[in-house]
Amino acid sequence: MRIQQSAQPPYRLAVDDPIIAIRNLDLYYGEAQALKDITVAIPRRQVTAFIGPSGCGKSTLLRCLNRLNDLVDSVRITGSIKLEAMEINSGDVDVIELRRRVGMVFQAYNPFPKSIYENVVYGLRIAGVRKRSILDEEARRSLQSAALWEEVKDRLGESAMALSGGQMQRLCIARAIAVNPEVILMDEPCSALDPIATAHIEDLIDALKKTYTVVIVTHNMQQAARVSDYTAFLYLGEMIEFNKTDLIFTQPERRQTQDYITGRFG
Amino acid sequence: MKKRWRQGEHYVWFSGAAVCLTLLMVAVLLGVVMVNGLGYFWPSDLALATLDDGSRLLGAITNAERVPDRERDNLQFKVGNRDLYGEDFRWIDGAAIADLAYPSNAVLLERVEFGNFHGFLKSLALASDDLAAPGDDWSRLMAALPLVAQRQATVDEMQGHLAELNGEIESLRRQAARLRFDDERAHAEAIHTLQDRMEQLAQRFEGENAAIARTVTELRRSRATFRDAEGREKEIVLADIVRAVRPNAMSVWAKTGFYASKVLELLTDEPRESNTEGGLFPAIFGTVMMVMIMSIFALPMGVVTAVYLREYAREGLLVRLVRIAVYNLAGVPSIVFGVVGLGFFVYGVGSALDVLLFPERLPTPTFGTGGILWASLTLSLLTVPVVIVATEEGLSAIPRGLREASLALGATRFQTLLRVVMPMAVPGIITGFILAVARAAGEVAPLMITGVVKLAPALPIDGNFPYVHLERKFMHLGFHIYDVGFQSPNVEAAKPMVYITTLLLVVIVMVLSLTAVVLRNQMRKRFQSATF
Ligand SMILES: Nc1ncnc2c1ncn2[C@@H]1O[C@H](COP(=O)(O)OP(=O)(O)OP(=O)(O)O)[C@@H](O)[C@H]1O
Ligand SMILES: [Mg+2]
Repeated sequence: MRIQQSAQPPYRLAVDDPIIAIRNLDLYYGEAQALKDITVAIPRRQVTAFIGPSGCGKSTLLRCLNRLNDLVDSVRITGSIKLEAMEINSGDVDVIELRRRVGMVFQAYNPFPKSIYENVVYGLRIAGVRKRSILDEEARRSLQSAALWEEVKDRLGESAMALSGGQMQRLCIARAIAVNPEVILMDEPCSALDPIATAHIEDLIDALKKTYTVVIVTHNMQQAARVSDYTAFLYLGEMIEFNKTDLIFTQPERRQTQDYITGRFG
Repeated sequence: MKKRWRQGEHYVWFSGAAVCLTLLMVAVLLGVVMVNGLGYFWPSDLALATLDDGSRLLGAITNAERVPDRERDNLQFKVGNRDLYGEDFRWIDGAAIADLAYPSNAVLLERVEFGNFHGFLKSLALASDDLAAPGDDWSRLMAALPLVAQRQATVDEMQGHLAELNGEIESLRRQAARLRFDDERAHAEAIHTLQDRMEQLAQRFEGENAAIARTVTELRRSRATFRDAEGREKEIVLADIVRAVRPNAMSVWAKTGFYASKVLELLTDEPRESNTEGGLFPAIFGTVMMVMIMSIFALPMGVVTAVYLREYAREGLLVRLVRIAVYNLAGVPSIVFGVVGLGFFVYGVGSALDVLLFPERLPTPTFGTGGILWASLTLSLLTVPVVIVATEEGLSAIPRGLREASLALGATRFQTLLRVVMPMAVPGIITGFILAVARAAGEVAPLMITGVVKLAPALPIDGNFPYVHLERKFMHLGFHIYDVGFQSPNVEAAKPMVYITTLLLVVIVMVLSLTAVVLRNQMRKRFQSATF
């Protein structure tokens, strides 16, 4: 599939084989508009990074993709977001189904106060999976994918609260992977971690993109440059520029982008 | 000094002082209750006082009053023998006491009626030979008393059976009344059968009743004669003696045994002598059962309300108004709740139930009068705000991230509530529950008009179908305190009972809360190291 875009401004890149296509998305919190006419496509099995100064709407955009903004009473959204053929923004979309296809990892690691094992299989359990063998197998697979298996395989029954911060964040990734989503959203997954744990997670993201589409929000320019294939720069609720990461960082087309990545504001 | 002030150390001192004050208040309260209550069961020595005018009295010294420049204090004696003297206590001028002795053969009797008897054993008349034993009068009395008690127990058992028979007859009579109420003509035959059966039972009742009367007469012929300090004689039926001891001759071990048997009696027996003596079992039972029924209603109601308010209702004016209303309910005087309970539950729901379920018993009310169910429901109205507030606090303390994590994994709101939110809110809910239980167990005013009585004829749970009788009136420790302490004719004698009842109530509340606290702490440990 190829997204047809009429008058293509330079910052609206046509993407081959996108998994998510956002068109003319406007989002309001009450009266305040937080996202303005966003049009962007997320490429399949690639890592896409959202960057931009604080408060520009990165998290808001990310949470549109799994309808987590529904929790905010005052929110109002217009425009279209398509996950393959599914219109995410329509009123009759099955939100449960959507959230199973689009998993999320949060900025503050938030494992449930349960055992490591129960954390990983939580999504499966609520989906109705009962069979112990399936749960065990999936737990092992997701922990392995999250590069946590070796560290916790002997203590699956212990409380997840006893893990280190980096381990907890990887557990949260494993928890998201366990339900086999197509897309994984990550909202500043490393902001609470030290450089070593961050490197761990970055390696992991690199490995994940073989199977999953990853969308990551980050404040760290180096990180965006390291892990992502595509980068979108948002400013004050607008999508300023979207392009291949190496192009964004070497030859940005917009003045604002350049200022931001070189640290002249933000 | 200035530096300390700047560092805010005075605040630390203030809060430290506040804590100390609180602890002190609790300690003093408990201390007073314990000192006054716990000593009561210890058999105190009987002092034989000879006064200057030659009169004598025998009693336990219960109080002393210092008089300046006098050798001996004024003394308060518990002299007992209410049937002879008309009063239990006497103050004696210390200067008028010529001699104070502790004769080892002074006897203390605990009786079924008229309180304690203090005196000396004079003679013993046993009605039947099988009560007889060798030795002097005292050891013969000691040997006979347990046997008499045993026989008395048999009589009580027979009387219990009699009550059962009576209940059966009553239920037959009600069945007949119901049939008559329905259609007398159509059920003529059935009514007839019922009446036959009733007559049979009535005959058996007569027979057993006569047998009991014979046994009792026989039993009551065994008597002992006692002298009081002045030499007046008093004949006492052995069956009326609950305990007989010679405290001045008792060893510490014997006294300890006596103490234990009194405590056991307190916990397991029925009250005697308009509640100032004997046990508190029915009141303990009533209190605990009432609190349990209250919890069955208040806990789910409060938790569900709080969950709705916090998790589902859209935060707006209406919700805020509801919340304010609920919070303010906690400040409404409890007697107002009592009135609401009386009007709504007893007269409203209860009377309607009577018309629907027991029309044949009217105009005698069944549910249309105070009972343990209505009292418990009234209390649950009273305590539900506490549960709501605590549960809401618990729910609001759960980080949003956890709910979002669950929702983002494809859980519904309800699944999130059940699997993530509720387990974490449990400690908060239990805290609310503890407060509710403590409040409910100590509340008296609303109960007085919704079903509590000073002496209930039967427990709300017994062996008669349908076993749980929620319509019955019941006894309650808090009301017991009020009744014994302020409504009994002999307040001075009842005082220790008031302390003991208070102590028991405090202990019960503490046991209930401690269990809940332990439970809560165990739950907390599971969530303790959570970082958010
Ligand atoms: N629940 C909400 N209600 C009202 N306004 C909101 C809400 N959440 C976000 N906003 C507003 O929307 C704008 C975008 O917020 P968002 O959280 O998306 O920013 P962000 O780019 O993720 O910032 P940061 O990098 O600091 O996380 C901000 O101005 C913010 O104040
Ligand atoms: Mg953000």
